[in-house]
Amino acid sequence: MNAFKALADFYLTNMKTAIACEFQYRVAQYFYMIGMIAEPVIYLVVWSTIAGAQGGSVGGYTPGQFAAYYIVWTLVRNMNIVFTPYGWEWRIRQGQLTGMLMRPLHPLHYDISWFAGWKFVVILLWLPIAVVLYLAFQPTLNPSWLQIAVFAVAIWGAYLIRTMLLWLLGLISFWTTRVSAIFELYFTLELLLSGRLVPLSLMPEWVQSLANFLPFKYAFGYPIEALVGQPTPVQLFAGLGMQLFWIVVGALAVQLVWRAGVKQFTSVGN
Amino acid sequence: MSASTSVIQVASLRKTYQVPEREAGLAAAVRSLVRRKTKDVKAVDGVSFEVAPGEIVGFLGPNGAGKTTTLKMLSGLLYPTGGEARVLGHLPSKREKAFLRQITLVMGNRNQLVWDIPALDSFELNRAIYQIPEAEFKRTRDEFIELLELGELVKKPVRNLSLGERMRMEITGALLHRPKVLFLDEPTIGLDVTMQKRIRVFIAEYNRRYAATVLLTSHYMADVEALCKRVIVIHHGQILFDGDLSGLVERFSASKTIGFSLEDPSVDLSAYGEVSERDGSRVTLRVPKAETSRVTAQLLTDLAVEDLTVEDAPIDDVIERVFAHGKEPTA
Repeated sequence: MNAFKALADFYLTNMKTAIACEFQYRVAQYFYMIGMIAEPVIYLVVWSTIAGAQGGSVGGYTPGQFAAYYIVWTLVRNMNIVFTPYGWEWRIRQGQLTGMLMRPLHPLHYDISWFAGWKFVVILLWLPIAVVLYLAFQPTLNPSWLQIAVFAVAIWGAYLIRTMLLWLLGLISFWTTRVSAIFELYFTLELLLSGRLVPLSLMPEWVQSLANFLPFKYAFGYPIEALVGQPTPVQLFAGLGMQLFWIVVGALAVQLVWRAGVKQFTSVGN
Repeated sequence: MSASTSVIQVASLRKTYQVPEREAGLAAAVRSLVRRKTKDVKAVDGVSFEVAPGEIVGFLGPNGAGKTTTLKMLSGLLYPTGGEARVLGHLPSKREKAFLRQITLVMGNRNQLVWDIPALDSFELNRAIYQIPEAEFKRTRDEFIELLELGELVKKPVRNLSLGERMRMEITGALLHRPKVLFLDEPTIGLDVTMQKRIRVFIAEYNRRYAATVLLTSHYMADVEALCKRVIVIHHGQILFDGDLSGLVERFSASKTIGFSLEDPSVDLSAYGEVSERDGSRVTLRVPKAETSRVTAQLLTDLAVEDLTVEDAPIDDVIERVFAHGKEPTA
């Protein structure tokens, strides 16, 4: 079996395993998702109220556009969930990492395929929630076919970028276990610079410029804007190009840090 | 055994851990902010041995002796501080894929199967990870399911299995790729006697069928006696003994046991040796090895004894003495 075919076989098998596993907890998944919906609904209600008070729009966003932004937000947020950096300490302490290192396969493949499988369950469970939100908030959403196609690719690009970023964060656990302060700082930056808290176009000019040079936007705001905004085809494809750039940079950085981390782990032991 | 034919070659292997150290109390905690003290702990201190293809070797030692550290170095999970280890011609610390495909490490207290789904699904995942051809995978899987009497259990979520059932699943999963070298770190820990025996029988059968080399650590001497002709005893990171199990008893056992039945169980036997057990009329005496013949003759002369047997001291006692006395043979 050639290497690519073998890897494809592993991805497919692990995705199937993840789907089987996540279906075991479908009710818990639903409650988790419903809990998660609270965050965008609060943002949506606040911004819609402000838009109403300011004569119908804020920064060009009408309540209908806000609704579209935050409903698509719920899907992108779900696509964005990857292995938590807090989990690495558990992996090390519980010996899970030992098992991973004994396999003739990079553990990154395991995480990417596992969470990719999970996404199919998430999308399925998200659909009825999206219908309810649609009926409740009446979004203004008229994407072109190109926007839909780019969005379908971009949500997976976002998933891969965030996987790399959170893996890098988690790998710090190889050197120290008191990493929550670093994680919190990261999550705050991500919240502000990704478009999660508020559409980036409503942020000050300098924040928008800064966000263009950082990966966070391409893991969150860009896929949403690709579907709900009015981007030109050039902007759409440039965004995909930036996603590819950050995926490659992230993968290279993960590889470097992983090697150093494993060297540290195998020197110090557990 | 020549080095070229050995599956495992270990030469002057060392592993030193740097362990942080400070006194108790607030002042010491503050001082440690400025000057962090560490202590070197030699977990493995110049260990050398070789293991031939198909051999099952028991790796014995008390807690903290360096057994698991050695196994981790041999399986590529720990980088040695010094010396060299080679397994199947590979340097384990490089963790090459070709190496990892030929070995397995089973740790009795660690789980690798996916908790929420039946073990069958985890086995399928291992097939994909190790790229086992479909037909070979099914044959091996079904063979192990039969040997370990797993039956329908493979369809139950792993979280619903008992410890013994789970351990049998773990072993099945870990051996599906038919590794040539097995590192087994206390594979029967916490299991009941029946389950321990079932796992021992399976390991012996796997070794016979696939000529696999096995390095086994266990605190249960029954495991060692049933599986290992050869044992390596390690203590404080150094090898105390490497040879046949019978040789270990011969070298380290200071005593033998004499068992017999007495017509009058109230007789004082303290002049003959230490009474280690008395069960009705049946008595077991522990006597110094050199005194065995004399005491036996004396007992037969002085008392009306029946069913007299002379045996080596139980292996547990021997091992206990080895650990207690360190490098000094007590015989």
